Amino acid sequence: MPTSKSHTDKKNIPCGQNRLVLGNVGVINPESIDEYIAAKGYDALKKALSAMKPAQVIAEVKTSELRGRGGAGFPTAIKWAGAANEKSDVKYVICNADEGEPGTFKDRAIMEGDPHKLIEGMALAGYATGASKGYIYVRGEYTLSIARLAKAAADARAKGFLGENIQGSGFNFDLEVLRGAGAYICGEESALIESIEGKRGEPRLKPPYPVQKGLWQKPTVVNNVETLANIPAIVLNGGEWYRAIGVEGSRGTKVFCLMGDLNWKGVVEIPFGAPLSKIIKEMGGGVKKDRKLKGVILGGVSGSLLTARELDTPVDFKSLALIESGPGSGAIIALDETRSIVDVVDNIAHFFMHESCGRCTPCRAGNEQIVHLIGKIRKGDGSHADLKKLEELGWNMYQTSFCPLGQTAPNILLQSLKKYRGEWEACLAGKKEKCACCAC
Amino acid sequence: MFHVKINNKSHEVPKGTTILHACKHAGIKIPTLCYLEGVHAEGSCGVCVVEVKGSRTLQRSCITAVTEGMEIQTNTEAVRKARKINTELLLANHPTDCLVCDKNEYCTLRQLSSDLGIKNVSFEHTHAERAAKDETSPSLVRDPEKCILCRRCIAVCAEKQSVSAIGMTGRGAASAVSTFGDMGLGNAECANCGQCILVCPTGALMEKSEIDGVWKAINDPKKTVVVQTAPAVRVAIGEDFGLEPGTAWTGKMVASLRRLGFDKIFDTDFTADLTIMEEGTELITRLKTGGTLPMITSCSPGWIKFAEHFFPGVLAHLSTCKSPQQMFGAVAKTYYAEKLGIDPRDMVVVSIMPCVAKKFEARRPEMNGAFHYWQKKMGLKDSESFQDVDFVLSTREAAKMIKEAGLDFPALPDEEFDQPLGMSTGAAVIFGATGGVMEAALRTAYEVVTGKALASLDFKAVRGMEGIKTAEVDLAGTKLKVAVAHTLSNARKLLEEIRDGKSPYHFIEVMTCEGGCIGGGGQPFTTNLETRKKRASAIYKEDAGLPLRKSHDNPVVQTLYKEFLEKPLGEKSHHLLHTHYTKRGVHPGDVAHEKKEHKAHAHTH
Repeated sequence: MPTSKSHTDKKNIPCGQNRLVLGNVGVINPESIDEYIAAKGYDALKKALSAMKPAQVIAEVKTSELRGRGGAGFPTAIKWAGAANEKSDVKYVICNADEGEPGTFKDRAIMEGDPHKLIEGMALAGYATGASKGYIYVRGEYTLSIARLAKAAADARAKGFLGENIQGSGFNFDLEVLRGAGAYICGEESALIESIEGKRGEPRLKPPYPVQKGLWQKPTVVNNVETLANIPAIVLNGGEWYRAIGVEGSRGTKVFCLMGDLNWKGVVEIPFGAPLSKIIKEMGGGVKKDRKLKGVILGGVSGSLLTARELDTPVDFKSLALIESGPGSGAIIALDETRSIVDVVDNIAHFFMHESCGRCTPCRAGNEQIVHLIGKIRKGDGSHADLKKLEELGWNMYQTSFCPLGQTAPNILLQSLKKYRGEWEACLAGKKEKCACCAC
Repeated sequence: MFHVKINNKSHEVPKGTTILHACKHAGIKIPTLCYLEGVHAEGSCGVCVVEVKGSRTLQRSCITAVTEGMEIQTNTEAVRKARKINTELLLANHPTDCLVCDKNEYCTLRQLSSDLGIKNVSFEHTHAERAAKDETSPSLVRDPEKCILCRRCIAVCAEKQSVSAIGMTGRGAASAVSTFGDMGLGNAECANCGQCILVCPTGALMEKSEIDGVWKAINDPKKTVVVQTAPAVRVAIGEDFGLEPGTAWTGKMVASLRRLGFDKIFDTDFTADLTIMEEGTELITRLKTGGTLPMITSCSPGWIKFAEHFFPGVLAHLSTCKSPQQMFGAVAKTYYAEKLGIDPRDMVVVSIMPCVAKKFEARRPEMNGAFHYWQKKMGLKDSESFQDVDFVLSTREAAKMIKEAGLDFPALPDEEFDQPLGMSTGAAVIFGATGGVMEAALRTAYEVVTGKALASLDFKAVRGMEGIKTAEVDLAGTKLKVAVAHTLSNARKLLEEIRDGKSPYHFIEVMTCEGGCIGGGGQPFTTNLETRKKRASAIYKEDAGLPLRKSHDNPVVQTLYKEFLEKPLGEKSHHLLHTHYTKRGVHPGDVAHEKKEHKAHAHTH
């Protein structure tokens, strides 16, 4: 195994990965459909259209035990079967590429580096569920992703991988690339659907779920970029092959985004099940300046906050759930010993105050009060009562927010109040001299 | 039926029921704030939460459907705590000037805080600046500071009225209810219906009050202050004094207004009868001469502004008749002022209306027929113009004045309107309910056209709360097809038919508000579907008990034509009782486009 000093290859990419999704990224020219085809591209689509029934495609995905890579980890096959079983003249496949979770840029790597893989995955999803129209809703700032996807879609159409009667199979599927307008909430699937419909991006009441009544009230599958990018390999190599990778309950690989105080930052792909400490050491090259690690934000700012002692937990859905965590978006943000937890939480609170859609009271007003209270504490005017209020607000947001944005917004705040209580208390009024960690 | 457990007791509830309704059925009241039956169920406030066994988080009872075997807890520590926190979060940035707030005893937020036992607000005020009031509209005032973002107003504007003059702007902590481009209600496609006022749980939306101006006029010895009362006011005003709906409080209303100091207590019902004479004649003329059909009633000013914004191409279908309010102002300041021998400028006409759109209507620049009547006679300059109606009070404002004057409304004796402009028939009273104008018009049109007396005066097909009602009436061999719509979303359907050339009707009645004027935006805050129905029944009871029930039988209306107007649609009527409309459009470009079209059209002539 490479050491932390020379853990990367000649291209400065960490060694020891299993790049199923990122296999072509940095290898082929993403603007060349021929290079994609040469790398077995669209073979899975051809195979499905010529030799598989839609139900068989879903069956392979079911065997693979693939779970959604957007954060929630919902079994993909169940979602697809739900849409496939709905009776409707029109169905849709939407790719959620509104990658807005801070510290997360894995979907961007896929879209910029291998756009055809996503398009092939979408066509397969359309075939499996009976949808003939797809939308890729891309984060507005991702101009290169949008340009490459648009070119890839045009090239795929020209080569007969999109459009009418694909590869002579009688199956029709086409897609449009749409550009988001900068709202974090539009990464929530029902808000994303509202946005596509031209409405204000706000979550819908569920049920009905999108697979029942989604875009324009029609059955709609909404999948993350990485989820869809896993599909061609599963169809080509079979669900059993995929299931052999990873660990129980978390099959296959996961693309992680390494961020923060690490020697190497970027996107890596490894099978589920490796402990975070190993990922940080072997992929991230260890902590910058040989400092101690204080903690890790896993899964983005709506994810969880893990202490250095918790980092031996294997990164898979089951193991992480035991410590109220999860892989989430795949963001790994390392915080070294010099970072103030109060400052980090303050930064996150401002983010949520800005990004709450404003629809429900607990999230809209709760995030605002959290920012206010943290500001008070950072000024040295806080009290234990304020810490209790923060806990109550966080509890209330989790319990009563309308959608996952508000329910998860206080995650890191609440965990920091438990795990880094000392740092908060050091900031309280009358304890100013003891607090050397933050701006207070 | 589903079997559920609520607070450990078993209940059977119908499938598809929400937890809120299931609990209500079981006799358990769950506090709500943003939820409003029949108007809004989006779960934005987070107050009505309950515990559901097996659910990860608390559930909103207003939007969560019960499932078989569901176990619900409505009174746990977590439930009480969450309800309090969410309410306190709203109170943190809500003004606490309840004692001087217009909404005061009708404020849902105030009631909720009391019900939840909130003794102090544990969160601090976080909004740096006080948001400015929107006072651009002559009808409504919006105070964003009091807005708790429940969105009931947006729902009623979009769904009941299909107007969407207001919507959400900004996001997160900066979320606000506003108009397009934050230009204010007065510069938006707002119909001024005021349904948003009725559904607002706080004092964020209110009518623009004209009480001060009315007191000032009453106190001015030089002024003759005459008041007119719309048909729907008498069946609603008592509710502001705690009386049960379902009665017409006409006599007490008249007595209270007399004690406020108005010089003459007159009735808009008088000009409702006059409207029927003009509008009925207009309809018969259009039918006979191949005029634009269907003809649509023009009494409801919210509807007029709606048509001007959204259907500028079909304005020729609108009756040219002014509304009864405006006919009253024009008649009072001409015929009646002449009778009294007073300078019309010394007469102040005050309206008491179930409506806030009437405030806008009274201020329309073209609503100065009396001024034009007097201009030459008195040698007045254009700059000396005066409006036919000076002040418009909502039913609520009138009740406030009565309270302010210390009158014990329920204990007042029944008194009669003054004459002559207080004379009316049952046909005028029913103007207050949806279908009433149609029924009144049919009573007169039938007898005028056929020359025969009606066997039964009750046209029941056009009564009731159905959104669009239709009927066919045989007028001496001519099948007259009529339709009645209330709420603007229903009106829109009939208008689209006309726009697309598919309307089968000859005559259409449109009322802006649900139930007609009895459910108007100026009515007491007790307005809901149930009170609307009760007010309507009171109106029809009043009509049934009157000796005169046909507008053309109104003796004062007959005298008015004899002494002054000469005949329906005559020269004087044309100037005083009829009006024209403005093509407004919805987007700034629409109006310019319409104007250009109009110009080009004029040029070719």
